Amino acid sequence: MKEFSVFDIIGPRMVGPSSSHTAGAVRIGLVANKLLNGERPKQVHLTLYGSFAETGFGHGTDRALLAGVLGVEPDDSRVRFSMLLARSENIWVEIKKGADEADHPNTARIYVLTETGREFTVVGESVGGGNIEIVEINGMQVSFTGDYPTLIAFYTDVPGVISKVTAILAKEHINVAFMKVFRSAKRSGACMVIETDAPVPHESIAHIQSEVDGIEEICTV
Amino acid sequence: MKYAFSTGDELRALCEAEGLTIAEVMIRHQLELDERTRDEIVNEMFENLMTMQRSISIGFDENQETMTGNAGDNAEKLLAFAENANMGYDMARICAAALAVTEVNASMGKIVAAPTAGSSGVLPAVLIMCSEKRGFTDMDLVNGLFAAGAVGIIIAKNASISGAAGGCQAEIGSASAMAAAALAELCGASPKAALDAAAIALKNILGLVCDPVAGLVECPCIKRNAMGAANAVLCADMALAGIASIIPFDEVVVAMKNVGRMMSSDLRETAKGGLAVTPTGLEIAKRINLEG
Repeated sequence: MKEFSVFDIIGPRMVGPSSSHTAGAVRIGLVANKLLNGERPKQVHLTLYGSFAETGFGHGTDRALLAGVLGVEPDDSRVRFSMLLARSENIWVEIKKGADEADHPNTARIYVLTETGREFTVVGESVGGGNIEIVEINGMQVSFTGDYPTLIAFYTDVPGVISKVTAILAKEHINVAFMKVFRSAKRSGACMVIETDAPVPHESIAHIQSEVDGIEEICTV
Repeated sequence: MKYAFSTGDELRALCEAEGLTIAEVMIRHQLELDERTRDEIVNEMFENLMTMQRSISIGFDENQETMTGNAGDNAEKLLAFAENANMGYDMARICAAALAVTEVNASMGKIVAAPTAGSSGVLPAVLIMCSEKRGFTDMDLVNGLFAAGAVGIIIAKNASISGAAGGCQAEIGSASAMAAAALAELCGASPKAALDAAAIALKNILGLVCDPVAGLVECPCIKRNAMGAANAVLCADMALAGIASIIPFDEVVVAMKNVGRMMSSDLRETAKGGLAVTPTGLEIAKRINLEG
């Protein structure tokens, strides 16, 4: 039987109306915000699937996703004003309902074009109670919850990359909670998702980038 | 873990063994789970209390614009009518506060899920509005929130606090049981009497379905929060008057779980049954989808 914290019952503090359709949506957006790596977004396209598409307008799911992309947290009263925030920063926002049926009821796809012309997409599911699962980044199938500091590295699938990355983390005394690797035939590349107990410092990320051959892109969420 | 509990009986035994309140056992158990200090845990709950207080005053002061436009000023209306209310001034203000919080929630304002966003009005309304009359301090109210949390944990462990799993009885029913026990304990009830208050509150809402119009946390959720708050006060008073629950709390929780299992999924948050599929409910859903 799961041990509940009292704050699972009395909490979280959040902007309503729904933990799955609003708070969870903000959290999916926040993953996209982290992938910005401090850059400013120029365009944000949101696609809502399943029950997000059906009842998302009434739950403010669109505004919640956008708020997250802009770095606004689930308990911040500015969530409902995210469209105004985006407009004041000259960010182009497009919202549409997905035509195809997503596998899961509460799913959103976020496409971001940054000021420097970099593009990325994140697909996330809201799985209930404000909890989320990120299922796709840049076309690569992944799986993580955002509950832990998460390191995501795209790399060429050759022997030795994983052990070099984990060796650098070990040297910094960063404990790995969960680790998964994914491979996509389409990109002929691979992706590792490492969820850690403590956040990975910028220096370690720089080490991984400079010392490990085959790392194409690395970011933290 | 010395202060862990999964049932009402276990919680009561822990209280009675050392002469502790439900709130105190909850705090001690949280210390076993949490890496934080007692002060930090109490402050975290105090932060929840302040957010609850703010959500009541925002709901009273400002006309909330909810998503459907069908609700938003109910709290002010009931508050203004409180002097003439058949249920009495105090009860009318408690119910108005429950409307206020849930209207703030429905308009994307900030609330504390207790146990869910859809049932977030019951607990703050009951504890905070009763504090005016009873003279509860902020620390009393924080203790009330811990006591309510303990009752919620038992329900979450043995049944559910989600409308999708158990219908409205799992959301408003749980919130009402939590509030009833907390209010009773703050008014001096024994742990047994507080759990009786929770049992009666849950029994009264047993079987209530989750049938949100257009799938939104608005109709009938907002008004059901007012009902849940009134029920909590009634049940706390019955327990304080010495009325026991014939069916013990733990058995009521299991009954609630089983009723939830018997409930068609059309009546569990899917908006496919009950009020959601009435002609008016369907018309509202159609209008909102056109706007979206």
